Amino acid sequence: MPNINDILIMLPELYLVVAACLLLLLDAFMKPEQRGVLHWLSVAVLLVGIYLVVAGQPPQPVVAFGGMFVRDGVAEILKVFALLCTALVFIYARPYLIDRKLFIGEFYTLTIFAVIGIMLLVSAGSLVTVYLGLELLTLSSYALVALNRDSPLSSEAAIKYFVLGALASGMLLYGMSMVYGATATLDLASLHTAAAHTGMPNLLLFGLIFMIVGIGFKLGAAPFHMWIPDVYQGSPTAVTIFIGSAPKLAAFGMAYRLLESGLGDLSQHWQQMLAVLAVLSLAIGNLVAIVQTNLKRLLAYSTISHMGYLLLGLVNAGPEGYASALFYAISYALMGTAAFGVILALARAGFECEEIDDLKGLNQRSPWMAFLMMLVMFSLAGVPPLFGFFAKLLVLQAAIHAGMLWLAIVGAVFAIIGLYYYLRVVKVMYFDQPNEGAELKMQQDPSVRVVLSLNALSLLVLGFAWGPLLGWCRSVFPG
Amino acid sequence: MITLSHFIVLGAVLFCIAVASLFINRKNVIVLLMSIELMLLAVNINFVAFSRFLGDVAGQVFVFFILTVAAAETAIGLAILVLLFRNRSTINIAEIDSMKG
Repeated sequence: MPNINDILIMLPELYLVVAACLLLLLDAFMKPEQRGVLHWLSVAVLLVGIYLVVAGQPPQPVVAFGGMFVRDGVAEILKVFALLCTALVFIYARPYLIDRKLFIGEFYTLTIFAVIGIMLLVSAGSLVTVYLGLELLTLSSYALVALNRDSPLSSEAAIKYFVLGALASGMLLYGMSMVYGATATLDLASLHTAAAHTGMPNLLLFGLIFMIVGIGFKLGAAPFHMWIPDVYQGSPTAVTIFIGSAPKLAAFGMAYRLLESGLGDLSQHWQQMLAVLAVLSLAIGNLVAIVQTNLKRLLAYSTISHMGYLLLGLVNAGPEGYASALFYAISYALMGTAAFGVILALARAGFECEEIDDLKGLNQRSPWMAFLMMLVMFSLAGVPPLFGFFAKLLVLQAAIHAGMLWLAIVGAVFAIIGLYYYLRVVKVMYFDQPNEGAELKMQQDPSVRVVLSLNALSLLVLGFAWGPLLGWCRSVFPG
Repeated sequence: MITLSHFIVLGAVLFCIAVASLFINRKNVIVLLMSIELMLLAVNINFVAFSRFLGDVAGQVFVFFILTVAAAETAIGLAILVLLFRNRSTINIAEIDSMKG
C-alpha cells in the first residue's frame, strides 16, 4: 500500500501537477492583459520545483510505490536541468508569443505537463512508468507543436510528429512486451536480474532490438531522425526551443533506465547497435546540415549529430560512459536553449529570423547579440575552450576506453566537418553586408536580454570551470 | 490446443499489417490513425497472452494503461487532423510535403 513516505518521495512531481492545474484555472479566470502574472508565476513554479528536487533529495536512492518510482542521483541531476531549461524557455518565449498572439495559458500548462512527463520518465522504476512518462511528454509536445493554429506549416509538422511519434511508441511497446514475455516482470530492477537467467534469450534480444528502435526515435538518432527537421522548422520557435532542450535530457534518462537499469546484462549486444546509430547520426547530421539554408533546420540536423555524440558516451556502457553522456546531454540542453534563444530574441512581429541570410551583418547592428551567437555556435562546434569542447572530448574518451577507437576517430572527423556549417553562420554575421532594409535589433525586453546573456556566457564559464559539474555527473553513477 | 506461440504469431501478424499500412498508405491520414491503433492492439494481445501464460497479472494491468493512453493519443491525433484540414483543405498524405531538405 502507498503510504505518506511514497508521497513525500514523489513530492516535486505531485507539486508540479497541482501547480499546473492551478495555473490552468487561474488562466481561465484571468483577463488577457494580466497574462504577464501567469508568465512569472509559471517561472516561479519551475524554480520552486528545482528547490523541492534538490532539498528533498535523499542521500541514498529510494523507491516509492512498490518500485514504480525511483529517486536517485541520476534523476535529481536530470530533473534540475530539465526544470532550469524550461524556465529559460519561458523567459525567452514571452516576447515572441506576445508578438504572434500566442501568449496564452495553454503554452505554459502544456509545457509544465511535458516537464512532469520528463520527470516521471527519468525516475521510472518500471516499464509502465517509462511508457506513461514518455507519453505524457510526447502528447503534450504534439499539442505544443500545433500551438499556432492558423499556420499550415505548424499543423503539418504536428501531424508528422504525431504519426512518427506514435510509431515509435508502438515499436517501444512491442519491444517491452517481448522483454516482459522473456522475463515475466515489468519492474526494471527485477528485470536486470531476470534478464541474466532467462530461458528465452532470443525473445529477449528481439525485444531489445525493438526497444532500441523506440529509443532511437525519441533521441532523434539516424536512421530514425526523419521527424526532427520538419518538427523543428514547422513549430513556432518558442516551441522548437523547448523540444530542442529539455526532452534531450529525458531521452538520455530513458535510454539509461531501459538499457542500464533494465537490460544492463545485454550490454555487449546493445553496444554494437548504439555504435551503428551513432555513426549514422554523426554522418547524416553533419553532412546534411551543410546544405541547409534555414537556420532552424540547420540546428535540427546539428541536433541529430549531437545525439550521435551522446550515443558515443552510452556505447561505453560503464560509469565513465554514462557520466560523459549525461554531461553531454546537459551541455547540449544549455547550448540548444541559448541558440534558439538568440533566434527568438531577434525575431519580431512579421519577421521570424529563420533563414541564415537573416543574420547577415548582425555584428554591425547588434554586436553583443552577434557575440552571443558566436559563442553558442563555437560551443556547438566544439571549439576550445568552450563548454561543448569538453563535452565532446569526454564522450570521445569514453568511446576510446570502451575499446572503440575507430568510433572515436569517426566522431573527431565529423566534428571537423561540422565546424564548416557553424562557422558559416559566424561568417554571415561578421563578414557579410546586411540586407537592405533589414533591421536586426536585440529584444528590448530586459529579462530576455539579461538571462540570454547569462545563458550564453555560462557556456564560456563552464568551459573553464567544468570540474564541479563533471564531478556531480560522475558521483551519481556508482562505479 | 491453442498455445502461447499462436497468440504471439497473431500479435506479430497484426503488428506487421499495422506497420506496413503506415508505410504503404499514401492517401489518407485517417488510415494512419487506424494503423496506429492496430499496432497498439497487437501489443496488447502480446501482453495479455504472456501475462496469462506466465501467471503474472502485471502484464494485464499494463494493457489497461496502454488502452487509456491510446484513447488520449487518438483524441490528439484527430484534433491535429481537424487543424490540418482547416489549414490546407486536404488530408492526402502525398500533398503534405511543404517542408523538404
